[in-house]
Amino acid sequence: MIAGAVFDIALVALLVALAAWSVSTRSGFTAIVGFIGYGVLLVVAWMRLRAPDVALTEGTIAAGLGGVLLLTAQARVGESAARTSAGAPRQDGGPSTIARIGIAILCAFVGASLIAVVLSLPEPAPSLAPLTAEALPRVGLGNPVNAVLLGARALDTLLEKVVVFLAVIGVWSLSRDHAWGSSPSIGPRTTSRVGGAAGGIAPAPAGPIAMLARIVPPFGIVVAGYLLWNGANEPGGAFASAAMLAAMALLVLMAGLGRIPRCSQGSWRATIVAGPLLFMAVALLGLPLAGAFLAFPEAWSKPIIVVIEIALVISVASALVLLIAGPPTTEPSP
Amino acid sequence: MTPATILGIGAAIIVSIALYGVVTASSLLRRIVALNLLGGGIFLLFGVIARRGAAAGFESDPVPQALVITGIVVAFAGTALAVALVVRLEQARNESPDADGERLDGADAP
Repeated sequence: MIAGAVFDIALVALLVALAAWSVSTRSGFTAIVGFIGYGVLLVVAWMRLRAPDVALTEGTIAAGLGGVLLLTAQARVGESAARTSAGAPRQDGGPSTIARIGIAILCAFVGASLIAVVLSLPEPAPSLAPLTAEALPRVGLGNPVNAVLLGARALDTLLEKVVVFLAVIGVWSLSRDHAWGSSPSIGPRTTSRVGGAAGGIAPAPAGPIAMLARIVPPFGIVVAGYLLWNGANEPGGAFASAAMLAAMALLVLMAGLGRIPRCSQGSWRATIVAGPLLFMAVALLGLPLAGAFLAFPEAWSKPIIVVIEIALVISVASALVLLIAGPPTTEPSP
Repeated sequence: MTPATILGIGAAIIVSIALYGVVTASSLLRRIVALNLLGGGIFLLFGVIARRGAAAGFESDPVPQALVITGIVVAFAGTALAVALVVRLEQARNESPDADGERLDGADAP
């Protein structure tokens, strides 16, 4: 009991310290590194809350892919951001000291109110767990969280996939006019201008990241498949699997061993859209077959869910890679 | 003091710190980082509520967990769009008229 409380207090102290450090440090790069550390510690916190599926999602998507996203942005924006947050005064000087004290007092008030809420939560706690336990056999999955995600709250999952897809469209629409339709680039920079003008032949990939990008992806793909299949009855599921696939793809791209297909390619676009479209089609088929939108006929429930998950994993992994890679940019002329 | 309560108090403190970071961030990217910290804290509060709803043989209420998973993915998508906007904004700010098509990170223009 005491050991558990000491562990929790230490964990909370570390989390708070990381958050405070990430907010107050001068360099943008160290702030992002602090955020990644915070995300990884949150995985431990989620396990203390007995939520392994959320821990997986937090670790892979929020801490992992989110960290890569922010680091890539920091590198792209680079000097401007570093100049601003490395101590040089902002254009408008930032909030004055009086304003900062006022803001700090208000934030402390918000924190105190939340602490009061946490300490006065109702006993016994209301819960939807009994309802979920009743619905579980009908959905056919053993993992209650995935059963809720793909059974009871399948509408949320469908809309979430659409949101990710819309974000990809939003990111693509930020490309310059003449770059529309080409492929996003996230590989190593070609530093030689002469080489670039002559046709953009990058040096052959070498070094530790190239070696990692050759060795790790096969294992990553197997782990992703395992996470997807295991998510039916144990912690795992479509999101962690998609994030794993995206991470492997990003490793290959960043080492310069591959390029994202051109965004105007029909087959590539079809891959990205296939998951949500299949989900939508199954949802609409539920109307004649089982009486309601997104209702699955009970005997077919698990196979339908597995098929949807596989299509979703491929589409979501592609979307995640595209979200991190950014808008299409002009390729070097051939 | 159950783990849920301790983590709940911790999440509340994180929320207040991250909120301060969002308001007083010194650059757009720092603001986005602080927003993500804030999101992590809020989801942790959600997780505390889920843990307290343990019943019917589950160690944690599955419905808030599912909501948090959805929230994490949507927050990532939102962050990606925000980050793309910030990068594009900086590119637009830094472009000189005769260097159209030249990327900020030094890659070669066609």
